[in-house]
Amino acid sequence: MCPSKATTKVATTSRGGRRILEEIQMAYRMHLMVCAGTGCVSNRSLDFRDALQKEIGKRGLDNEIQVVTTGCNGFCGVGPLMVVQPDGIFYQQLSPKDVPYLVEEHFLKGRPVKKLMYVPPETKAPVPKMMDIPFFSRQMLIALRNRGLIDPESIDEYIARDGYAALAKALTQMTPDEILQEVKISGLRGRGGAGFPTGTKWEAVKVAEGEPKYVICNGDEGDPGAFMDRSIVESDPHSVIEGMLIGARAIGARWGVVYIRNEYPLAVQRINIAIAQAREYGLLGENILDTGFNFDISVSKGAGAFVCGEATALVAAVEGRLGEPRARPPRLAEKGLWGKPTCLNNVETWANVPPVINRGGKWFAEIGTEKSKGTKVFSLVGKIKSTGLVEVPMGITLREIIYDIGGGIPGGKKLKAVQTGGPSGGCIPTDMIDLPVDFETLTQAGSMMGSGGMVVMDEDTCMVDVARYFLSFTQDESCGKCTPCREGTKLMLDILTKITEGHGTMEDLESLEEVAKIVAETSLCGLGTSAPNPVLTTIRYFRDEYLRHIEAHKCPAHVCRQLNTYKIDPEICVQRGHGCGVCRRECPEKAIFGEKNQAHRIDNSLCSKCGTCVDMCHFNAVTVE
Amino acid sequence: MPKLKLEDLAAVREKARKAVSLRDGAARVRVTIHMGTCGLAAGSRKILEAALREVEGRDLRDVIVTTSGCAGLCSREPMATVEVVEEAPVKYVDLTEGKVKEIFSEHILGGKILQQYALAIGSERTY
Repeated sequence: MCPSKATTKVATTSRGGRRILEEIQMAYRMHLMVCAGTGCVSNRSLDFRDALQKEIGKRGLDNEIQVVTTGCNGFCGVGPLMVVQPDGIFYQQLSPKDVPYLVEEHFLKGRPVKKLMYVPPETKAPVPKMMDIPFFSRQMLIALRNRGLIDPESIDEYIARDGYAALAKALTQMTPDEILQEVKISGLRGRGGAGFPTGTKWEAVKVAEGEPKYVICNGDEGDPGAFMDRSIVESDPHSVIEGMLIGARAIGARWGVVYIRNEYPLAVQRINIAIAQAREYGLLGENILDTGFNFDISVSKGAGAFVCGEATALVAAVEGRLGEPRARPPRLAEKGLWGKPTCLNNVETWANVPPVINRGGKWFAEIGTEKSKGTKVFSLVGKIKSTGLVEVPMGITLREIIYDIGGGIPGGKKLKAVQTGGPSGGCIPTDMIDLPVDFETLTQAGSMMGSGGMVVMDEDTCMVDVARYFLSFTQDESCGKCTPCREGTKLMLDILTKITEGHGTMEDLESLEEVAKIVAETSLCGLGTSAPNPVLTTIRYFRDEYLRHIEAHKCPAHVCRQLNTYKIDPEICVQRGHGCGVCRRECPEKAIFGEKNQAHRIDNSLCSKCGTCVDMCHFNAVTVE
Repeated sequence: MPKLKLEDLAAVREKARKAVSLRDGAARVRVTIHMGTCGLAAGSRKILEAALREVEGRDLRDVIVTTSGCAGLCSREPMATVEVVEEAPVKYVDLTEGKVKEIFSEHILGGKILQQYALAIGSERTY
């Protein structure tokens, strides 16, 4: 809950000769929104907040200035960060030692502190206001509508921003059929990966026979580099609860489960707090808002198996069984949790439901492309200047996301590819970055929307190595129930490893493609059917690189170290480094020879190609070929 | 906390909205109290508190009270600038708590500029 407002005792009136002390609550003049998403917390934003609170108290400003702890702001790359309202001043990379100066200059004297503002690399001029920073100004927030604006542990602040208004509307002014109709009109599709129309899914559960019915929130976000679901639960947990309440009303469900991975401790904590608060207000439980509607939610914590993000495996895990998928049909809509009709949607899908009901399906359907409506949250990571979480309308191009919002590639490097959809997605090459991003175009390009991970890769990335990395992930996470996935991912990983070590043949490449196609077609669940995507797209768009590895035994990006040849430039070694000898001392194979002040050289017959000399040389004298 | 009924939800919303509306940054009137060293020495903190009390006491949702540094006319502090949307900003000088009350009732709510307290209408040009 938000800290209760301090009151000031002021002698105001004199009645009957006695001074009466009246408590007058003063309005705050300033709100300091300190980000406490996982990214900022791990950069010690809570220490900063505590120091800030203390300093404000010391200066006697605690009656005028409120410090608010918010969920993830989205611009994770420059945290810990804080937004000062009402002026919208954005501060970044804060530490407790900045506090005294900041409080004195800005909060006491009213002079915003330039040295703590965001400085775009291109202009070198500090940008004071959050909405003037391109990273924020180009975004459109629906699922993340409350991020950074409310304290996620305060239900009152959620309610202040129209929270639970959609629930009230759904319960009192709409029939379950009308709710369903509104969701159908909106064109909302599942944000977890497959993009199945949400309204159609709800309807299937609604008409299915069996009681009680269940709704499940899938918060088992496991893609490497994806963190949008975590962020939504951390910054606005009530939006998920409200979405589930509305969904439950539409399909006639009595119980709900939030399945969330245990590696997200902050998200688990906040959803539990939110559920307790909603129960206290009677927004969960029996006879909600005096309308006779009953619904309650429990939290089920996942142990971190990637496959449990698959719907049937997730249900098995919730029931306490081994988290393995089963063949479909029957679909969850017919036989789900405890064998009853179950509606499973992703965190982001549920968070989109309240605005759809509040503002109408038609409003939502006006955003996005013909078949993909609304917005999508992406976690923008990898070789990109502005790392973080962005919510953009469907149909925006990859170029806009990478260059206009993300600020482009650091270090003057060239973009090589964008990996969308996590380990189940594919790599899209540079010449396709003008593609509008929606479910259909990404699938046509051999990739997928997935849950919204977006890994940007520059010219220093080896595409064979990338495929090998994602395969090592899916191979590790394959549950082993069906043969194609269990054996196929292992086989593909072996071949890819062979190629990156320089032992690959053209026959290997052929069998790699063949195995990939078989695994995609015959696996039991989504993990297996999508695992070959990184392999197939890299072969499709970066065949040259595979051929260089196989035919010339070279890795063009110098990532696959077994294919590299290391050399020391004698001139640089002597002139700049004076033959310092660091490489000689650090070489585990004792393959480097030389005297102080003289050029060193590598004996390639002894070299194990570990690359330590490259990492250790301060003078960039070691070259890679 | 008893369970909420429909009308209770609206009441909670109204109450909480007051607490968070500042974060929208949008307002009809912005009152800037100048709090440089000169302003602070002349008592601008009392002026700020008086302004915040007015906002709270009158339950004003569309007025933001904020602070800035020295306005450049140190001998006439405490000073405040009142900016009503789409109107020229007005600078008030030699303020007292009583004058702040009047400014709120006459200018901010009544729309009548208090010329006797005002230094000037408009602001310097900035580049």
